[in-house]
Amino acid sequence: MDGNEDGGLVTRAKAGDYPAFEALISKYERPIYTLARRIVGNVEDAEDVVQETFTSVLEHLTDFREEASFYTWLSRIASNHALKLLRKRRGLSTVPLDEEAVSDGRDLPRPEFIAPWARDPIEAGKDPSVRALIEKALGELDEKYRLAFVLRDVQGLSTEAAARALGISEGNLKVRLLRARLQLRERVTRALGDEASRVAPPSDHEETRHDDDVR
Amino acid sequence: MTCDDLLKALNDYVDGRIDPAVCERFESHLAGCNPCQIVVDNIRQTITLYKAGEPYELPAEFRRELRRSLRDQWKRKFPERI
Repeated sequence: MDGNEDGGLVTRAKAGDYPAFEALISKYERPIYTLARRIVGNVEDAEDVVQETFTSVLEHLTDFREEASFYTWLSRIASNHALKLLRKRRGLSTVPLDEEAVSDGRDLPRPEFIAPWARDPIEAGKDPSVRALIEKALGELDEKYRLAFVLRDVQGLSTEAAARALGISEGNLKVRLLRARLQLRERVTRALGDEASRVAPPSDHEETRHDDDVR
Repeated sequence: MTCDDLLKALNDYVDGRIDPAVCERFESHLAGCNPCQIVVDNIRQTITLYKAGEPYELPAEFRRELRRSLRDQWKRKFPERI
């Protein structure tokens, strides 16, 4: 999200101008709530995260040095609050979200439903039924995969920043992200893929060993 | 490169961070393997779809309560300005 045009509002808010602060809330409350919902996975916790985020922003606004855009700063605060809440909920306040072995990729889920999409993704994203479907698919991912996808692909964090936020290695983040992408691709393509143009999975996807298969 | 190898290199390819030598093998596999080409397209479309998605609407009552509480906090922080 481009927040470069917020400079004027931020300057006024820092000087104590409430309407400017309120304008910033109005602009970003939905993206921040959406980010929170996608991380914590339910309405009540997402509301807590939004409340805590804007309270922190209000308290620390004068410390914001405007090196990053306002939205970047805001979304970092929101994801930190959301991740903290997830950890607290599990009673693991100091333990990072669980690490898993970086596999060699042999056990990756192989694509099954392979078809070009019948619709442009930007257009499809405006359809409420598609919106509901993609949020459901995201909500049904394992938490560790969901978080990797939300931070890295949706929020646009670098691999390093996303790994740091989750307290895992970059290698681990990449494995989780690949699994998330493959699982979401499968789910969403089953709904949006053009059935008439569906193709069979490649033959070496169906078997377990084709190391010397040269294509 | 097999279809399985391609899956493993998929992230780096989609993110534009693939090693040039691997990229060449990746693309020559894609040129001859329609299913893999579609999978790569699907992954890109999936990411675009989630990125472009309309955000959730805040529950109306929560939104009102949020504004009220932030306004109260603002009054305490800048008592002379509101």
